[in-house]
Amino acid sequence: MTAKGWKDLVLIGVLVLAAAFVPLVTDGYWLSIAVTAMMYIALTTAWTLFSGPTHYISLATGAFFGVGGYLVATGMSDHDLPFWLMAAIAPVVSVVLAALIGAATLRLSGIYFVIFTLGLAEMIRGLVSWVQNNFLGSRGLYVLTDFTEAHIYWMLLAIAATVYVIGWLIDRSRLGFAMKIIGNDEGVAKHLGIDTARAKVLLFMVTGFFSTLVGAIVAPRYSYIEPNQVFSPELSFMVVIMALLGGTQKLWGPIIGVIPFILIWETITASFPNATTLYLGLCFLAIVYFLPNGVVGLVQKIIAKGRSA
Amino acid sequence: MNRRTLLSRTTAGLTTLAAASLLSFTALAADTIRIGTVAPKTGPLAGGALVSQWPNVDLWIQEVNERGGLKLKDGQKKIELVAYDDKTNPTEHIKAVQRLATQDKVDFIIAPYGTGFNIAAAPIYAKYDYPQIAVTSVTDQIGELTERYPSLFFTLGSTTAFVEGLRDVLVKLKDEGKINNKIAMVNVADAFGIELAEVARPTFEAAGFELVYDKSYPLGTPDLSPIVKGAKATDADSFVAWSYPPDTFGLTEQAVIEDLNVKVFYTAVATAFPAYGGKFGAQIENVLGAGGVNPDTPEMQAYRTKHEEVTGKAPDYWASANTYASLQILETAIEAVGEVNREAVTDYIKTHTFDTIMGPISFENQNSNRFWTVGQWQGGVFRGVVSSNIDGAVDVKLKDGWK
Repeated sequence: MTAKGWKDLVLIGVLVLAAAFVPLVTDGYWLSIAVTAMMYIALTTAWTLFSGPTHYISLATGAFFGVGGYLVATGMSDHDLPFWLMAAIAPVVSVVLAALIGAATLRLSGIYFVIFTLGLAEMIRGLVSWVQNNFLGSRGLYVLTDFTEAHIYWMLLAIAATVYVIGWLIDRSRLGFAMKIIGNDEGVAKHLGIDTARAKVLLFMVTGFFSTLVGAIVAPRYSYIEPNQVFSPELSFMVVIMALLGGTQKLWGPIIGVIPFILIWETITASFPNATTLYLGLCFLAIVYFLPNGVVGLVQKIIAKGRSA
Repeated sequence: MNRRTLLSRTTAGLTTLAAASLLSFTALAADTIRIGTVAPKTGPLAGGALVSQWPNVDLWIQEVNERGGLKLKDGQKKIELVAYDDKTNPTEHIKAVQRLATQDKVDFIIAPYGTGFNIAAAPIYAKYDYPQIAVTSVTDQIGELTERYPSLFFTLGSTTAFVEGLRDVLVKLKDEGKINNKIAMVNVADAFGIELAEVARPTFEAAGFELVYDKSYPLGTPDLSPIVKGAKATDADSFVAWSYPPDTFGLTEQAVIEDLNVKVFYTAVATAFPAYGGKFGAQIENVLGAGGVNPDTPEMQAYRTKHEEVTGKAPDYWASANTYASLQILETAIEAVGEVNREAVTDYIKTHTFDTIMGPISFENQNSNRFWTVGQWQGGVFRGVVSSNIDGAVDVKLKDGWK
């Protein structure tokens, strides 16, 4: 265990503590931005857990997020089940799902996996609609709770912190070591006797668990769930873009990516309500052009420059 | 990076910024009343919102400003609109409403477009006391929602009311001996479609009908011919589809191709859109659908003429009129209170009756029971055939082929 690793953990602990006070300072506009940012921080950190070391670009976030929101809504409004029970069941369902998907696709090389996950959200949306239509029926998907934005924010913060700690632990475990070798050269990893498929599937299940939990926690914020909105492919892309902006080499990279991204996005939507997509596109171009290795890469470059000078 | 590339990149960046700031320039007028709105201009719901919601907002603001603005105690004030696109995304919507309430500090907010968005935004309207006159929001939870959110109003009816409206049409025709008791029912396997079908099954059966065909299709299915062929193979006189806009068009097209020979043909959402009439012309004579208006009252005629004149397109035959009426209600209540006192305006809406293009509207437990549930295309106009408390319903006619 290096001192550096502990330093990272302490730093994150301090950040989490500071972040916990946000709802006490503001409760309107800035809190609603903070909730959105925290949602993406939890999702991107969970994404980086798997995609960072393996370099498999997963577009499955929308599918897992959707399962979370959808199960909570259908459980609460069609079967009168309590929110907490559904929020506990949904991630377990996703873990099983992730295991099945992982077992079927993660033996393939990267690009097949990307294409498969791209269609996953749509496939699962179709599947759950089909089950609901033919077997369960529905009276509308309402998630009416007494949670305020502050409650949702704290729950998301707790998830984000947990994901980080789990990532930190994995990083220091045999599994983490195996993932690093797989990321560098899968062939070498296999020759060393690492069960690469098992390692990848395990990590994919962890990512699935937490992405779904985020979807379940955010459902009360939407109050009314429409399947084509929670199973949104756009969400999957946003998560990838934010993670890349931050940099995926470090687990804390996404945090650095999400916050500026949310602020830029907000400035654009508020200033140019009729041309958001245009300016967003320009921003993407600027990010790729100026920050090819993300903010983390830039920071590291500056530090390296400072040392050599 | 050498100095020259740095220079060229910086120049490119600055040019972009300059262009951006030029495009976003908006004039700020003094002494206005600020009204905000968030609705989709892009994304899946944009098509509907650009027919039923945005043109009415534009029309209303133009009319109010033309006559000098809203009459308040300290003089007339013109409306300054602050509008955001929610991209049909609930997260974006919530952020935008928060921004309107706490950053832009608008005086009033026009309710959102779509059931989900009205419910998702309701906690924010309630928190800052903005009256929210929801129009395009059809739910069976009106009671629970209005209890939870004291400034939320409903104007378009409930899911059950829509099904019962159609049931009444079918029962009347069956009792007159014009149709048999067999129904072929299909639904889009998505939120609202599943909900409507779920309500319809026991409702139709309790009224003595037999569902001889009950099928669903996934949202976005490009090929609906098996569905229509399946319905054609039965001996049902009535075809009922709990459909969304794309499949309303798709099913009708297939029915024409297959020459689906039924006496009652019903499709749900978007049947009332002018584009539907525009696409099928005389073929859809006597097609039934969700919604309806009474286009013959002088108020409605004046509204339709003015709508076309100002926005360049015709309003739909359903939610457009309700949306405009909701803005009239807001306008009357604000002028009656005479100042920007949102709680007083909400109270005024709860306790008064309003003259609108749809006739007098009042709220009982924050719900208006004046709306159309079923309409029918007759002679190129989609007329209301079943309503809740509105006069002017015309008699239902039987579908006679797809000439």
